[in-house]
Amino acid sequence: MNDASAARPPLLAVHELSVRFLMPGGRHVAAVNGVSFELAAGECLALVGESGCGKSVLASALLGLLPGNARTRGTALLGPDDRIDLLGAEETTLARTVRGRRAGLIPQSPAAHLTPVRTVRSQLEETVRELRDTRRGALRAAAEAAAARAAFPADHLDRYPHQLSGGLAQRAATALALVADAPLLIADEPTTGLDRDLVDRTVDELRRHTDEGHGLLVITHDLAAAARMADRVAVMYAGRIVEVATAADFFGAAGPRHPYARGLLDALPERAFAPIPGLPPELDALPEGCAFAARCDRATDICTTLPALTGGVACHHASEAVDA
Amino acid sequence: MLELEHITAGYVRGEPVVRELSLTVADGEAVGLLGPSGCGKSTLAKVAALLHRPFAGTVRLAGEPVRGFRYRAPRAQRTRIGVVFQQPRLAADPRLALRDLIAEPARATGRGQELAERAAALATEVGLGPELLGRRPHEVSDGQLQRACLARALLLRPSLLICDEMTAMLDASTTAALVAVVEDYRRENGAALLAVGHDRVLLRRWCDRVLDFPAVPATA
Ligand code: SF4
Repeated sequence: MNDASAARPPLLAVHELSVRFLMPGGRHVAAVNGVSFELAAGECLALVGESGCGKSVLASALLGLLPGNARTRGTALLGPDDRIDLLGAEETTLARTVRGRRAGLIPQSPAAHLTPVRTVRSQLEETVRELRDTRRGALRAAAEAAAARAAFPADHLDRYPHQLSGGLAQRAATALALVADAPLLIADEPTTGLDRDLVDRTVDELRRHTDEGHGLLVITHDLAAAARMADRVAVMYAGRIVEVATAADFFGAAGPRHPYARGLLDALPERAFAPIPGLPPELDALPEGCAFAARCDRATDICTTLPALTGGVACHHASEAVDA
Repeated sequence: MLELEHITAGYVRGEPVVRELSLTVADGEAVGLLGPSGCGKSTLAKVAALLHRPFAGTVRLAGEPVRGFRYRAPRAQRTRIGVVFQQPRLAADPRLALRDLIAEPARATGRGQELAERAAALATEVGLGPELLGRRPHEVSDGQLQRACLARALLLRPSLLICDEMTAMLDASTTAALVAVVEDYRRENGAALLAVGHDRVLLRRWCDRVLDFPAVPATA
């Protein structure tokens, strides 16, 4: 216990995580393929990529929320103490001790996640009561403080979820996740449908939550939001992580090194606004080699073998790393 | 192409979310309408698309006043407009394969045969390969489904396209790809565009003119 800080395991260590869906007719959809990463307490990792690249499946896998036809492999150790393998744990364990307590979620479709028959206030207060054993008078204040942090208007607290617009439901879900105070927070597209001012407010609040010592895994297609909040960026393509970099390098002068990641940044309206040609491969028919090859202008013969993720990038012809 | 005059609109109970708003989109022009979420800009887009009856005000399409909305909208006027919404899953019949989804507007025209070819060409234009066209919405990603919804909106060659947060759920590359499809279509057909959204950088880059939606207090 003496050199605990050096040897302290990360908050979350995901190793070789794969998720397959078994489809009717014997089809296999390989949604996540051999993904490994670590997340420390007080760190924000943004997982970016296009819809269908596997990033939301990854989040569901970590929380045990996959449908019955999914098969997972690999490990995902949630720590730092009492390490538990999220992929191997029983559903009852996950439900009782993990979800909401050790690992919180801001879901992609918040309307479905909120309890429809109860007001936002009563849901917030109940979460506070369960977790913090707070007295009645303080409950109200804690619920209102959480709502304010998530930019959820106080005069809407007594509404039911169906009375909220998508953006407000999103903010209610964020308030619930913040108040639950789990060491690990997974946010699945937490800013979709919000306008830029609200995106910035939500992102800044999540960043503050991270700086308070929580680990944040944020899944987003919004590169501007990722740039504003993340310490590191992981780019997913066709179920694999193809690049991991510090946000400073990725969005800064160095830039991304993987051709797909470069294309993604170039597609931004403030940059070239040029789409990457073509579509990603179907996850039930992935090529043996690099999944980006059909769309890549740097592809050569060697790209028919799968590039390993080495030095933060999985590409046979990656751009040079720029040493700081 | 489109004239909205003194439109006041909202829902059965409650305050109007759009008040006395006027807006013109000229033939072939691309106008961006920018506003925060919940400000009523989607309601205005629905009025412009003849999908929502305003409390008051006039909508004119190519100079002709619109007298009916939703199913009462005259066919000839309705088919001049193509619409794409933010959430393709809410806008797509889950039972239809993408191929049939794209061809859906042809059904009521009795020109199914003739339009089948156009539907196939549009599928290619939006980047959907044949292997995807047989799939149903739950078997494709949001981005792929939105590509199909855009193709559907272009099927009857509308002279006005209304895109309500078309790309809000999409990644940068898919966004740029769909905007490019819209712009190619507009260049070839001289169509006008009303793009409603919250991303100023995107709308500035995309449209000839960007208007800020007047501040109306946000409500649920
Ligand atoms: S491995 Fe080859 S095909 Fe894949 S991204 Fe790199 S250069 Fe392109």
